Amino acid sequence: MNDLDRRSIWLRGIGVCGSHLNTWPAARAILRGEAALPAQAASIPLCSRLPAAERRRASKVVNLAMGAGFEAAAAAQLDVTILPTVFATSSADGENCHAICTALASEHPGDQLLSPTRFHNSVTNAAAGYWAIATGAMAPSTTLTTYDGSFSAALLEARAALSTGTRDILVTVFDAPYPEPLHRKRPIGSSLGVALALSADPGPSRLARLRVGVTDEAADRMALASLEAIRCSSPPARGLALLDRVARGQSGTIRLDYLDDLRLAVDIESA
Amino acid sequence: MYPLTLSRFTLTSCLGSGLEATRQALTGGRSGLTQWRVDDSGFQTCVGRVPALSDMRLPLAWADWDSRNNRLAYLALHQDDFAVCAARAAARYGAHRIGVLIGTTTSGIRETEDAFTRRDADGALPTDFRYRQGHTGFAVADFVRSVLGLKGPATVISTACSSSAKVFPAAARMIASGIIDAAVVGGVDTLCGTTLFGFRSLELLALTPCQPFDADRTGLSLGEAGAFALLERATGAASPDDVALLGAGESSDAYHMSTPHPEGLGARLAIESALASAGLSARDVDYVNLHGTGTRTNDPAEDKAVTGLLGTGVPCSSTKGATGHALGAAGAVELIISALAIQTGILPGGITTRRQDPALRCNFLRAPQSGRVRRVLSNSFGFGGTNCALLIGAAEL
Repeated sequence: MNDLDRRSIWLRGIGVCGSHLNTWPAARAILRGEAALPAQAASIPLCSRLPAAERRRASKVVNLAMGAGFEAAAAAQLDVTILPTVFATSSADGENCHAICTALASEHPGDQLLSPTRFHNSVTNAAAGYWAIATGAMAPSTTLTTYDGSFSAALLEARAALSTGTRDILVTVFDAPYPEPLHRKRPIGSSLGVALALSADPGPSRLARLRVGVTDEAADRMALASLEAIRCSSPPARGLALLDRVARGQSGTIRLDYLDDLRLAVDIESA
Repeated sequence: MYPLTLSRFTLTSCLGSGLEATRQALTGGRSGLTQWRVDDSGFQTCVGRVPALSDMRLPLAWADWDSRNNRLAYLALHQDDFAVCAARAAARYGAHRIGVLIGTTTSGIRETEDAFTRRDADGALPTDFRYRQGHTGFAVADFVRSVLGLKGPATVISTACSSSAKVFPAAARMIASGIIDAAVVGGVDTLCGTTLFGFRSLELLALTPCQPFDADRTGLSLGEAGAFALLERATGAASPDDVALLGAGESSDAYHMSTPHPEGLGARLAIESALASAGLSARDVDYVNLHGTGTRTNDPAEDKAVTGLLGTGVPCSSTKGATGHALGAAGAVELIISALAIQTGILPGGITTRRQDPALRCNFLRAPQSGRVRRVLSNSFGFGGTNCALLIGAAEL
């Protein structure tokens, strides 16, 4: 089974923000073997596009999503004030979830009082909310959560939107490690946001033509062990197999992790 | 993209398990909200509980998936022959051609909260804590897909209180673009500490049953519910009872994380877009099932959006006084309540509302009312400024 859409969508911009891979040019150089993967985790840059009040309240995962999203949209020369968006994450804000569960578990009466900011940051669509405030975009936006298949679920939703009237769409997938004790139950290895700016029609600048479908064939792995470890370390990194082909300017079909018994097939024709 | 047929649907909430119990409660004007003492500190509120969940056990084959949220999903799936109809659809289209799109905000966070109280001396979580089958947002879609034996694409949409409204247009896009032929869509959310204490921190919880659009409204009442629908292309052979999804609209407020745009601009945009996608105009709507949470800020914003577009004549009500606010399940719950209104010809009332706020201008029904209902608008709005409006109608139109 390899059910590729006949219709093409166009990859026009990529954004990467994270502790080990940060900015598309830097990630591209690493994927092409022109630069080494950093051994140390870098801190996540704060998003300067948020108003001051929201910037104070925005968590690490929101900054991952913002960093990747703005980079991809700018590279694609898309107007963020009217751009529809798809966000995806397996775990949303894990530090915030840890803090809430810790407070609720406290034996001291009164500790269970949560701050309003902590509560509104607990929604999975917090990044989408901050993004809309930062950009002023009132366009449709959705937030998906699909465990390790979150990257593929977001790309499939974007394909469906682009073939039903949406002209341009920004896909942003992000995840960051939990603190202990949740980390041991759900080890996410590094903080990463990956964004793809996609269009139904080829624009003035494009990186690749994509055809997207589902398949039961096994997912592609990265050739280099260090990059394969990164790919397996978080849901957004499952998209590295796609970024790798684009970085190298290669064409062909790759398979991305999606569900236990289903993968996403992406036919790539690099520009 | 539209219309799509809701070829089967079901709802389990504090009003009861399945459609018959729900119909009886709605036509009889009964609320399922009960007073609940949350903890020993004197924290009390009104909630819409599904009491059967506490002692329920999943069949042995699904024991690893045990959580209050998945119990509710299982209970709801087995009402009204829903699982049987999903199996028939799988036989008809092929299991890999049916998608599963579920809205939730809580997933199994309740069990994580419990596991944190059972951390060992080193701070580790107990061995019976299961992240993938319980905690993670996707767990409920993963579970529903497994229980129904479906093999197609699946996702959870988690956009706060619009989650399970947004599964409808998302499934419609997947069907229209040929990725799937049909979809099991729905919403499942359960009561947990995070939402109870969270809404309390925002001072948005009512102490007595919530009173949407009431002059004396003090906030919302939380509820839990599981609601599912089987969505397929319209076949043309419609019976009088068939209900179709006619259109949907989605938008973002781009205003504030937990407060709606005061003029309801985002809500208005979603309703306009739903009407446009259905090829309908404002006068075609016979009834509006409001989001109507009962908070001081939500109700006026929605009132402005609805009356600004549809005028002040069309009957409106919020059914959250009966069901409570089921958060991630609310969109699907209220779509199914709207479908029942079309089938029964009885508009549900906002039964806990005593005196409509004179500042709110919509034609708010406080009691159930008979009437001709052909097309219904159902609104869902959420934190982060997410909006979704759905339009459904009698399929024979």
